[in-house]
Amino acid sequence: MTTKPIPTTTPLDGNAAGESLAGEAWRRLKQNRAAIVSLYLLGIIVIACVAGPWLTPWGLNEVNWNAFTAPPSITDGHFAGTDANGRDLLTRTLYGGQISLSVALVATLVSLVIGVLYGAIAGYMGGRVDNLMMRFVDIMYSLPFMFLVILLMVVFGRNILLIYAAIGAVEWLDMARIVRGQTLALKRREFVEAAHALGVKSTTIVTRHLIPNTLGPVIVYVTLTVPKVILLESFLSFLGLGVQEPMTSWGVLISEGKDIMQSAPWMLLVPSAFLAITLLCLNFLGDGLRDALDPKTR
Amino acid sequence: MLYYVFKRLLQAIPTLLIVITVSFFLMHMAPGGPFDGERQLPAEIEANLLATYHLDQPVWKQYLLYMGNLLQGDFGPSFRYKDFSVTELIMQGFPVSLELGLWAIGLALLIGMPLGIIAAIKRNSTVDYMVMGTALAGVAVPNFVIAPLLALVFGVLLAWLPVGGWNDGHWRNMVLPVVALSIQQIAYIARMMRASMIEVLGSQYIRTARAKGLAEHEVIWGHALRPALLPVASYLGPAIAGIITGSVVIEQIFGIPGIGRYFVQGALNRDYTLVMGTVVFYGALIVLVNLIVDLLYSALDPQIRYDN
Repeated sequence: MTTKPIPTTTPLDGNAAGESLAGEAWRRLKQNRAAIVSLYLLGIIVIACVAGPWLTPWGLNEVNWNAFTAPPSITDGHFAGTDANGRDLLTRTLYGGQISLSVALVATLVSLVIGVLYGAIAGYMGGRVDNLMMRFVDIMYSLPFMFLVILLMVVFGRNILLIYAAIGAVEWLDMARIVRGQTLALKRREFVEAAHALGVKSTTIVTRHLIPNTLGPVIVYVTLTVPKVILLESFLSFLGLGVQEPMTSWGVLISEGKDIMQSAPWMLLVPSAFLAITLLCLNFLGDGLRDALDPKTR
Repeated sequence: MLYYVFKRLLQAIPTLLIVITVSFFLMHMAPGGPFDGERQLPAEIEANLLATYHLDQPVWKQYLLYMGNLLQGDFGPSFRYKDFSVTELIMQGFPVSLELGLWAIGLALLIGMPLGIIAAIKRNSTVDYMVMGTALAGVAVPNFVIAPLLALVFGVLLAWLPVGGWNDGHWRNMVLPVVALSIQQIAYIARMMRASMIEVLGSQYIRTARAKGLAEHEVIWGHALRPALLPVASYLGPAIAGIITGSVVIEQIFGIPGIGRYFVQGALNRDYTLVMGTVVFYGALIVLVNLIVDLLYSALDPQIRYDN
């Protein structure tokens, strides 16, 4: 993270009391109660999904022959009930959360890397290269991507690596536009000129001087991309085109739940609640981060 | 204006070409063919079948053939619905999807905009917090969760409305899918409307209008509404695209015989020509909708003119 110019009233010991961008953003974020509550809730959900499957008394595919579609109860250890095959729903929901969250993280990371590099290069090069690169983004924008992703799933089978790559490849467009806009503004600044004058290579200017300075908006956009990706993965899984048995995800569980919701509504409600709370928290957190990192509201 | 429309339509051509080409070659990279059924067909029959559908020719030749047919509006035969061409299936499904979509977008505007305006006028009141809280929940809960819940409550528990089916567009069958499809858009539109209305209400000319003694409703309806509508109008394009993709799930959940359902069924049944046809059709539709929305935008905002 970069630092703000430090007011040099303190002695020249190099540890002047400046506040880093991250520190200031954190201080401002802490004042936003909704964002902080969301952050804690997200933390709890992530920990539960990672550690939870070992804490519940049942395995992912362990069948309880005495409890098929049993409603939630504390006494028999099925805190969220069981599904039609006698498998513990809470365990499956937590495992599904692992898949959903990991898809979200990896796909967002893919879109982050592609989008940031693409946008920074387009913005830094400028002129005809920029024009050509952004025209390509425009064309990509107008494609009905959802349908192409589904086509991709149909053709290549439901490989989880493919889901990561396909979703990441869809979501980088906005990121590229944001980073390009930032870069265009940044490259006229004195510190870039100074780097130029010192003979720093173009690649180093982009990676060391431009990209770190675009991080604020990028972080905000990442928190808004993660829920979009979770939604997209659930959508695909819901249609039967995403994650497949024996693996599971929130989308798969919701899809299974809706089929027997009349007799076992908890099968729909439990995974839906996890999905909805996660999405809600990420949206709150994204809004909060935007306010905290936006220089205009400072 | 006409020139602008013409230019936009020209720009749509490469987009559509990419959609067609990508989906065509994806389909042909797929392992297996449409006739690798449960039973092994005798070699001669299979050869005949392949010849009928020109599947025995090199891929580039098939591509040219497909493009040629497409230019004449022929999407080819469906591999699963044996007696139907893809064009026929699309023409069957589209009116249904269109009706569903139009009601949904209408409902989204009809509810979303007033909610946003009210929240903006009564800013920071209980009404505002309630509207915005509900809107945020509407944004976060996806339609494939809302739809089964609606069906559970109103179809099963209360038994007021049918859980599924189309029944030739009877209104009782339409209520739940339309509501499920529009909730998310209602939430987005309400949020957007509120934000833009608040911004407009804070501007100088509104202060002038108030200063010269106009009644509050005149200020809002006569002066603030039109500029505040602009962001909502520009959101219409994504909103319609969202409703189109949403209809894929909604039609599946409620068993509605629209294009979205054909698309999913085709995808699950490996009915490649049907999947391709629907993708191309939707691609063209989204391009067209975006153009119409942009024209609408220029009608609302006098600063935007498409003369050159």
